[in-house]
Amino acid sequence: MTDVTVPLTTKKDWTSDQEVRWCPGCGDYGILLAVQQLMPDLGVRPENVVFVSGIGCSSRFPYYMNTYGIHSIHGRAPAIATGVAVARPDLDVWVITGDGDALSIGGNHLIHALRRNVNLTVLLFNNQIYGLTKGQYSPTSELGKVTKSTPYGSVDHPFNPLSVALGAEASFVARTHDLDRKHMIETFRAAHAHRGASFVEILQNCNVFNDGAFEDITGKEHRPEMLIPLEHGEPIRFGEGGHRGVVMGTDGQLRIVEVDDVGEEAILVHDVHRADPSLAFALSRLSSSVHEPTPIGVFRDVDRTEYASAVQHQLMAASAKGPGDLGALLRSAGTWQVG
Amino acid sequence: MTDTAPRQRPAERLDHVVIRFAGDSGDGMQLTGDRFTTASALFGNDLSTLPDFPAEIRAPAGTVNGVSSFQVNISDHDITTPGDAPSVLVVMNPAALKADLARLEAGGLLVVNTDAFEERDLAKAGYSANPLDGDDLAAYRVVKVPMTVLTKEAVAPLGVKPRDAERSKNFFALGLVSWLYSRPVEGTLTWIDERFAKNELVRVANRAAFQAGYNFGETTELFGHRYEVAPALLPAGEYTNITGNTALAWGLVAAGQLAHLPIFLGSYPITPASDVLHELSKHKQFGIRTFQAEDEIAAAGSALGAAFAGHLGVTTTSGPGVALKSETISLAVSLELPLLVVDIQRGGPSTGLPTKTEAADLLLAVHGRHAEAPLPVVAAYSPGHCFFAAIEAARIALKYRTPVILLSDGYLANGAEPWRIPDVDSLADISVPFAEEPNHVEADGTVTFWPYQRDPDTLARPWAIPGTPGLQHRVGGIEKEDGTGNISYEPDNHERMVHLRAGKIAGIARDIPPVEISGDADAPLLVLGWGSTWGAITDACERVRLAGHKVAHVHLVHLSPFPANLGEVLGSFRRVIVPELNLGQLCSLVRAQYLVDARPVSKVRGVPFTAAELETAILEELGR
Repeated sequence: MTDVTVPLTTKKDWTSDQEVRWCPGCGDYGILLAVQQLMPDLGVRPENVVFVSGIGCSSRFPYYMNTYGIHSIHGRAPAIATGVAVARPDLDVWVITGDGDALSIGGNHLIHALRRNVNLTVLLFNNQIYGLTKGQYSPTSELGKVTKSTPYGSVDHPFNPLSVALGAEASFVARTHDLDRKHMIETFRAAHAHRGASFVEILQNCNVFNDGAFEDITGKEHRPEMLIPLEHGEPIRFGEGGHRGVVMGTDGQLRIVEVDDVGEEAILVHDVHRADPSLAFALSRLSSSVHEPTPIGVFRDVDRTEYASAVQHQLMAASAKGPGDLGALLRSAGTWQVG
Repeated sequence: MTDTAPRQRPAERLDHVVIRFAGDSGDGMQLTGDRFTTASALFGNDLSTLPDFPAEIRAPAGTVNGVSSFQVNISDHDITTPGDAPSVLVVMNPAALKADLARLEAGGLLVVNTDAFEERDLAKAGYSANPLDGDDLAAYRVVKVPMTVLTKEAVAPLGVKPRDAERSKNFFALGLVSWLYSRPVEGTLTWIDERFAKNELVRVANRAAFQAGYNFGETTELFGHRYEVAPALLPAGEYTNITGNTALAWGLVAAGQLAHLPIFLGSYPITPASDVLHELSKHKQFGIRTFQAEDEIAAAGSALGAAFAGHLGVTTTSGPGVALKSETISLAVSLELPLLVVDIQRGGPSTGLPTKTEAADLLLAVHGRHAEAPLPVVAAYSPGHCFFAAIEAARIALKYRTPVILLSDGYLANGAEPWRIPDVDSLADISVPFAEEPNHVEADGTVTFWPYQRDPDTLARPWAIPGTPGLQHRVGGIEKEDGTGNISYEPDNHERMVHLRAGKIAGIARDIPPVEISGDADAPLLVLGWGSTWGAITDACERVRLAGHKVAHVHLVHLSPFPANLGEVLGSFRRVIVPELNLGQLCSLVRAQYLVDARPVSKVRGVPFTAAELETAILEELGR
């Protein structure tokens, strides 16, 4: 550890002077508050943090943080943030995106940033709808969803954001929701602590175009029976007194059972560091809709070489013999003298 | 080969010769031509090359579609083009003969590998009868050489299998032509040793084939005599042989050094630009980060992100890639950050002619973005000039905090010329300061940072990079309030910002050199050019002057904004023609901006203008 102590900051130091312009009651307010409350805890200075976003309601986020920030182009935030992070590994780079931004127009950039394991903390606000364009279905909207662009119901099969991230070799994958600030803060803290690409899906309510989308699982009265908290090293149990749990059947399928029916020792113990992503993937598929018990927390947190440090390593190795010499470079292909 | 020197027959002296090597894509013609070029460069000739190859890595062997050629003009004086028509054509198979014979000048020397003219070879090339038998070649001096057999005989004693032996036949051809034009051989033998050091059998086979070809020339009576092309009297200095893409890559390295900034190159593989990515990825000791992105959009986006973070952000591509990057370039216009976009143009639209040249992206570069999004455009005019053009484009991008499009093309990219290595210490510094301090005092006395507070001279905004305490700010694609940079949808503000961005770019005209007229300022005709047409226009104008006519030439490096005196210069000539490898794009720009009656001279055949074509166009225009 170094002797340098980072001067303490407060939430005020992280709040910009810009008026927040989300709709009243939007889930985004809670997420902004969680991030602003967390930042003073992280031991970083506002000038060393960059928030990069794409386009959409959530992507206005950087304007409200008193850090460096880029509100960029629809879908491109992971690519732009990759440039920031690779150029400047000393910076703390966050990507703020939504379900349309990250999984539709920007799907390619998201999966490649995750597979490269660039040191980015990606917060995906999933409200299962296009809000800023006033209510079209998104790549996470459920089949049959009636919206302005699908008056007869959507015929698109949706993405499961966590399955996509795990399939893209993400080294950190988590889910949280906008109604539980404490859970958000702890999830973001873990994501930030992870070296490499961290992917967090935040179930976020759009009270104008898709109100109550997650109510069945995130509503306060529903949470105990509908949210499955994942804790590293702990049996995966939920419900009043932990009466339900997750087991793996002999067919390899994960199932929700009554703990009393199978015995405590049969319950799957959660291991975020498991190298093989299959179990994390299976957990991401445990619920097929937001009306069934749904796991939240950290699904996966494994060590893998971070991209920018690998790049840095090559630069340092190349510079070991001394810095580049332009004159020598211009003569490197053979020369001859005239006159 | 020194032992053969005393037996050499006297050589005829030529002031220049244009040689074209043509064979199947798998025959190694690019390597052969490239090596002949290097040997000639090291010998001291001036030269210019034109590689010409198909987009397919291995088109069906033996077909006309699969022909790969390399043309080189070597001379004892200053030249600017790869030559109008080759005076020597070396063909390795019938397809090459079919594809390239029409290019050979009348009475030219045709060297044929007769072993490749079997019935099957002829059929593949679409010949119903052997062209070597009839009178079709009567207009040329034909030298028939069984190259495949001679190569096999030469390498067989080394234990090389016959099938592998055949693959050395391009070295036989290289040896033969090296003899014919009195090229020094030691350098080529050393080069073979180095190039094939990892495969001993291939090394010795290629060496033996090269020597066999050289000795064949020496002993055969097929050629009347050999030729010499003396070293050229180029300006004194140290020279290297360079292609446009290498020069461009080295120019980027130099730009980073001169700007005291690390370079971040975001790129996605695309012909003919990939070599710039390859070259830069070798030079990490200069602190250069090369990022092969998932697509063209991410390539541009990552470079823009790096620019925000304080690097010299560069993205390299060809026309289709520029189209994909266009939204990001517009964002860079709006963010007012430096970004260098390199477009190595090729034939289009769409995939078009990936390996052939064209210069039809000028309007794309100048206008190809949504809304009012002006940016500077710089174009290189020769392989060596790519080095300086890269530095100039970077200078403008950094000083004015703007994306700049640098145009090159397939001809410059792959073409080579001797290049006088500049004195590195003479290259001007292009560094710009980062913002370090707040720059605005509020009414209540608090000091703040306004990210869009402009420099009164350049109109550039401050470049404040992450890590600088107190200067945290947010930039975005939404319209910004003049000064504060806060989101603003105000009509007056938007109009002001549109004019400010346009005025910033227009003002660069004060910071670039005025155009200079080459040739006769009192000529009735001005030839206005840009990009790779420089060599052919220069040569054509010289020929026209030698014929006793007056003609002037202006060549543009800056295409947006135009140099301040361009309108005045255009207005001082009765007639203006604009040769372009497109249908008249610069022509339409100068007509629109200066109301001059400029006429286009167009060529869109995937190959550059020859000087002869432009000579004819100029004489026609003068005679009108």
